[in-house]
Amino acid sequence: MSDAQLDIQMIAVVTAAACAIPGTFLVLRRMAMMSDAISHSILLGIVIGFFIVESTTSPVLILFAAAVGLLTVMMVEWLQRTGLVREDAAIGIVFPLLFSIGVILISRFAGNVHLDLDAVLLGELAFASFDRFQVNGWDLGPKGLWVMGTILLLNVALVIVFFKELKLATFDPALAASLGFMPGLVHYGLMSMVSVTTVGAFDAVGSILVVALMIGPPAAAYLLTDDLRKMLVLSVAIGAISAVLGYWMAHWLDASIAGAMATMVGISFLTVLLFAPARGLVAQVLRHKRQKLDFAQTMLAIHVMNHEGTAEMRVENRVDGLDEHLHWDTQFTAQIVDLARRHGIVTESNGVLTVTDNGRQRAQAAMVR
Amino acid sequence: MTDQQFAIDVADMTAVYHEQPVLWDVDLQVPAGVLMAIVGPNGAGKTTLIKCILGLIKPVAGQVLVQGKPYKDRRDRVAYVPQRGSVDWDFPTNVLDVVEMGRYGALGWWKRPGKRERDAAMHALEKVGMAEFAHRQISQLSGGQQQRVFLARALAQDADIYLMDEPFQGVDAVTERAIIDLLRELRAAGKTVVAVHHDLQTVPEYFDWVLLMNIRKIASGPVDEVFTEENLRLTYGGVVAFMQAPNGSTAAAVDTESVA
Repeated sequence: MSDAQLDIQMIAVVTAAACAIPGTFLVLRRMAMMSDAISHSILLGIVIGFFIVESTTSPVLILFAAAVGLLTVMMVEWLQRTGLVREDAAIGIVFPLLFSIGVILISRFAGNVHLDLDAVLLGELAFASFDRFQVNGWDLGPKGLWVMGTILLLNVALVIVFFKELKLATFDPALAASLGFMPGLVHYGLMSMVSVTTVGAFDAVGSILVVALMIGPPAAAYLLTDDLRKMLVLSVAIGAISAVLGYWMAHWLDASIAGAMATMVGISFLTVLLFAPARGLVAQVLRHKRQKLDFAQTMLAIHVMNHEGTAEMRVENRVDGLDEHLHWDTQFTAQIVDLARRHGIVTESNGVLTVTDNGRQRAQAAMVR
Repeated sequence: MTDQQFAIDVADMTAVYHEQPVLWDVDLQVPAGVLMAIVGPNGAGKTTLIKCILGLIKPVAGQVLVQGKPYKDRRDRVAYVPQRGSVDWDFPTNVLDVVEMGRYGALGWWKRPGKRERDAAMHALEKVGMAEFAHRQISQLSGGQQQRVFLARALAQDADIYLMDEPFQGVDAVTERAIIDLLRELRAAGKTVVAVHHDLQTVPEYFDWVLLMNIRKIASGPVDEVFTEENLRLTYGGVVAFMQAPNGSTAAAVDTESVA
């Protein structure tokens, strides 16, 4: 692995980790689409900042972009508050407007500088290694790594210091307000974090991948844990793993790194969706199947118990014909009788079923509320 | 009588929500140590009133005093139980953690909850009979259990005044009984409890103080004085059916569907 390859992967991992942290709270607040809005509209901030400081590398750009990110959030919320537009439509109105103003400004006034649209949408991770951070001739590594590393540290520090406030304001904003924790301030603090992270990541990975990194890993982590701390850690881990796998996929396919990383995030999410131990789709199917069999055995026990000692017992509880009485599929009936016998719920003698003590307990437990 | 003697003193309060006036010039004095029901039809502004007292909605006119002071100076003396449906029960956390949130106000910014907060939360859970659920994921709770967790969270705040928005909503009879016992215990300890309540029949049995409202105050005071047929009719618009309860007190049932 060359130095450049290592640089790119480190930037990708740090970026993924930085995005996953505010992304976790976006997902929990059901504001995933807000990251899409912010990631596009901050283009306007970058362009305005560029006109003012006439540099594409000044950290001032981050401030302008973050300001436009906040403006986006405020405009969406204002539109929503009018009661005339729903949130999703408000997002769909605001960010294309701000983004397209940015596009017009670039095409009209900045046509010959380093601010092209492809880079905005997909980033230029492949070249990130060439943009070095140098002090007095000392090479301190790629600049992207420093930018994203700083943002990552900032995000980690903020979440550690304000963990309790973020959790409370996300779970129960009304209680947060009544206790004096100013959920509005926490909200805009979080939105600033999203904006700053997005601007930083923008340069490296572009606006599409920013959304993928902010939403995909937390959405996957949400399926894996019931603990907010673990969800944060898992989001970071899933983002980082997807970033590295994406890099090598791009290398192997000789394709866009940003595209491959976003694809990997999608694949990671799908994998978790399918195979998550408790909530995954496979686990659900298996659980439903097991519950169905369990339930059928209980029904059988209740049926046998209800008819034991009655005149029609020899008819009702006979293995042959049980399928007709219960109106079950013949094969299914055979399977259930077999399972119930093996689990010691019923016993069979002379083709007639009797319920065991064990089965009686099970039947009685099922019939009380 | 000075203001200090009232747990809550609302004066001339008008509140607007989404540009719609929902409370007109409400005056309300809640004496300390009562167990008060807020009753009124849907859309009467009951939740808005509670949110105004808590400073969650800023009234357009009038003022609220809690123990004679603005709410923000009395935050630590007031516990709030929001409607159960106001939060996302799929949030990744457990019962103990939610109850611990009741201690956050006393902790203040930045400080992390520790053993003291955990012990207070466990103690509150024991009081509502949910101790064995401490480490249960909150998404696995039934409606009544959710309500009890919220109640435990308010108990953990150890306040003087408890404001509860529909604490009996969606709970079964056993849980309702357990909750009302707890509220009476709070009253016996000198606390003031205010609860939005929907079942008019149980008002005289559960509460000693009542506020009847319908975007304005109809009446407030001791249940046996103001919980009258006349006031209920003014509150619900004449569709209240009365019946004589076995204990001789007047009970009322309301057909809320036709009111809405």
